[in-house]
Amino acid sequence: MNAEIRKIAVWVEETHLEIGKTISPPTRKAVAVAVVANPFAGTYVDDLDPLMEIGAELGGMLGERCVLALGITPKQAESYGKAAMVGENGELEHAAAILHPKLGGPLRVAVEKGAALVPSSKKMGGPGQVLDVPLGHKDAAYVRSHFDGIEVRLNDAPRANEIMVAVAVTDSGRPLPRVGGLSAQKAEGKDGLR
Amino acid sequence: MPDIEIRKIITSVEEIYHEGGPAAQVPLRRASITAVIRNPFADHFVAEITGFMDDLKPLGLSMAIRLVNLLGGDPAVVEGYGKGAIIGAAGELEHGALWHAPGGYAMRELLGEAKAIVPSAKKVGGVGARLDVPITHVNASYVRSHFDSMEVGVNDAPRANELAYVLVMTTGARIHSRSGGLLAEEIKGKDGLR
Repeated sequence: MNAEIRKIAVWVEETHLEIGKTISPPTRKAVAVAVVANPFAGTYVDDLDPLMEIGAELGGMLGERCVLALGITPKQAESYGKAAMVGENGELEHAAAILHPKLGGPLRVAVEKGAALVPSSKKMGGPGQVLDVPLGHKDAAYVRSHFDGIEVRLNDAPRANEIMVAVAVTDSGRPLPRVGGLSAQKAEGKDGLR
Repeated sequence: MPDIEIRKIITSVEEIYHEGGPAAQVPLRRASITAVIRNPFADHFVAEITGFMDDLKPLGLSMAIRLVNLLGGDPAVVEGYGKGAIIGAAGELEHGALWHAPGGYAMRELLGEAKAIVPSAKKVGGVGARLDVPITHVNASYVRSHFDSMEVGVNDAPRANELAYVLVMTTGARIHSRSGGLLAEEIKGKDGLR
């Protein structure tokens, strides 16, 4: 492991009822977070390769944690997303290095397939700050019922020299989708878009 | 008495490897479960509310079982516990107190010999309110290494007419516990205190 992990946290959220309507089966979202040391806190470096390697490790590990927490097979995962919050001694580019070059490959293995771009967000922040992880269908980005997000926060992270990395996976879309667009049933899932 | 109407269930598990000191071989784990339910007493004063405690018993037990499962399924690994309630704005603090018996006894029953009182916190709050749920050793309230807490909260709950009831369990002492006091190995009596 390149990543020096201080903490891992996993949340699962089930929605059984929405505006008086029973949701059966309940929609479920999982989000897994790793709090890791930022090897480049306080210093500017050109080469961010070590952070990219950390991203590769965390993409697989956090994706697997989500699938495990939902109690599903990888194939049953329907949407995903990723996000990072960098403590104050780092820089936004550190989040980009973790998230974009290498995190997606192992995550796609963890959720089987994953033709679509993994939606992402990033920010600088401190302990207790909210990070909103965007969600989109894993095989067809235009599936409108699966555009969503999930909020995470940890009261004690990220500290100044840390980075908080989040991966979210669901087994469902929004509880009561009815705004049209491409449906999951009609998506081909070949080009990642439709 | 009305049935329990669940809108959402949220679980979270934290694994803590270190907090700046030596990394533990076995991380400390903290788990929480929050049930967001309709408050049958919202919007008006109801004098007789105690019957709701019986209604809550099955919910309490199912939440405690899920918590143990989140920690691996063996009740013997549970060393700390706590409980809490956030009451939506159309309710009153007293509605949170209804959770003491069904929440506390559910955990104690499941953990077999748990002797210590289950520490608790409650408050009235709006959606996104956070609650710091206190944690103490399951058999002896004075065990200093196990005094801890876990922050919980949900971005969309509790709505005004809802209750968020929370249970928390942990697998051990604070990760770098070294502040003296009664040690877990020194627990003597059966009074739940020392």
